Amino acid sequence: MKARVHITLKPGVLDPQGKAVRRALGSLGFAGVNDVRQGRYLELDLDERDPERARAAVDEMCAKLLANTVIESYTIEIGE
Amino acid sequence: MKAAVIVFPGTNRERDMIAALTASMGRPPAVVWHRETELPDFDLIVLPGGFSYGDYLRTGAMAARAPVMATVIERARRGVPVLGVCNGFQILTEAGLLPGALLPNACLTFVCRDVHLRVETAESPFTAGYSAGQVIRVPVAHHAGSYFADPDTLDALEGEGRVAFRYCRPSGELADDANPNGSARHIAGIFNETRSVLGMMPHPENLAEPAHGGTDGRALFDGLVEALS
Repeated sequence: MKARVHITLKPGVLDPQGKAVRRALGSLGFAGVNDVRQGRYLELDLDERDPERARAAVDEMCAKLLANTVIESYTIEIGE
Repeated sequence: MKAAVIVFPGTNRERDMIAALTASMGRPPAVVWHRETELPDFDLIVLPGGFSYGDYLRTGAMAARAPVMATVIERARRGVPVLGVCNGFQILTEAGLLPGALLPNACLTFVCRDVHLRVETAESPFTAGYSAGQVIRVPVAHHAGSYFADPDTLDALEGEGRVAFRYCRPSGELADDANPNGSARHIAGIFNETRSVLGMMPHPENLAEPAHGGTDGRALFDGLVEALS
């Protein structure tokens, strides 16, 4: 079972890396980019075949390690 | 006083910390590898600086979940003093022993220079060697040292006297130009609720002997020895 996790900074958390990317886009001539926020994407390959159990396991992985819930939120997609 | 310095893969500031502790304690601390789970009693546990686990995933994230940390967390909850410097501070926030998080520096560069800190309180074993309001000079060397917490947490830290150090000008004045990384409210170090755990981004162990070009950091360690012996 595949799981895809998107981890993003919570609103209100300063993202200087995102700001740097926005400036770089501006330097390249892309206009109208008001904001960029950079996150993290993880792909997991699990033995678990039941989607509900897989989702619960990945949720626990996010809460315990993959995301810092003080500053990050996450979404999980289960399946191909 | 018996002290332990915990070492993770990628830790690289343990030798400076060991030298500073040895100078103040008169004997070297124990060095504990991250895989140890059985620890003898210690009066002080130290998490030094470096790039544990290469800063992979998030700085300090994997070190905070290393085998030794279950024991360190249990000891901290029992009141054993714990000092986290730089990567050690990041590990303490990831381990939930201190609130908030350390974000990439607002300026985006790695900052490696001396800064001035205002000691906010002397009422802790870590700051007993200073006086409240004293300004000291200490080096920083970090890429992700910007302290962040939500406003309620920041208010609680300030209200409960748990801010240990703030970045300041040599005069002691707080100002954005004296803040090397954009930390909220210029916070450079914080305590837990009982002030038995201190996390700080600057490196007191790197300005602790004359050869370093200054000794302002030494009083942190001398104060600890006096408080804990």
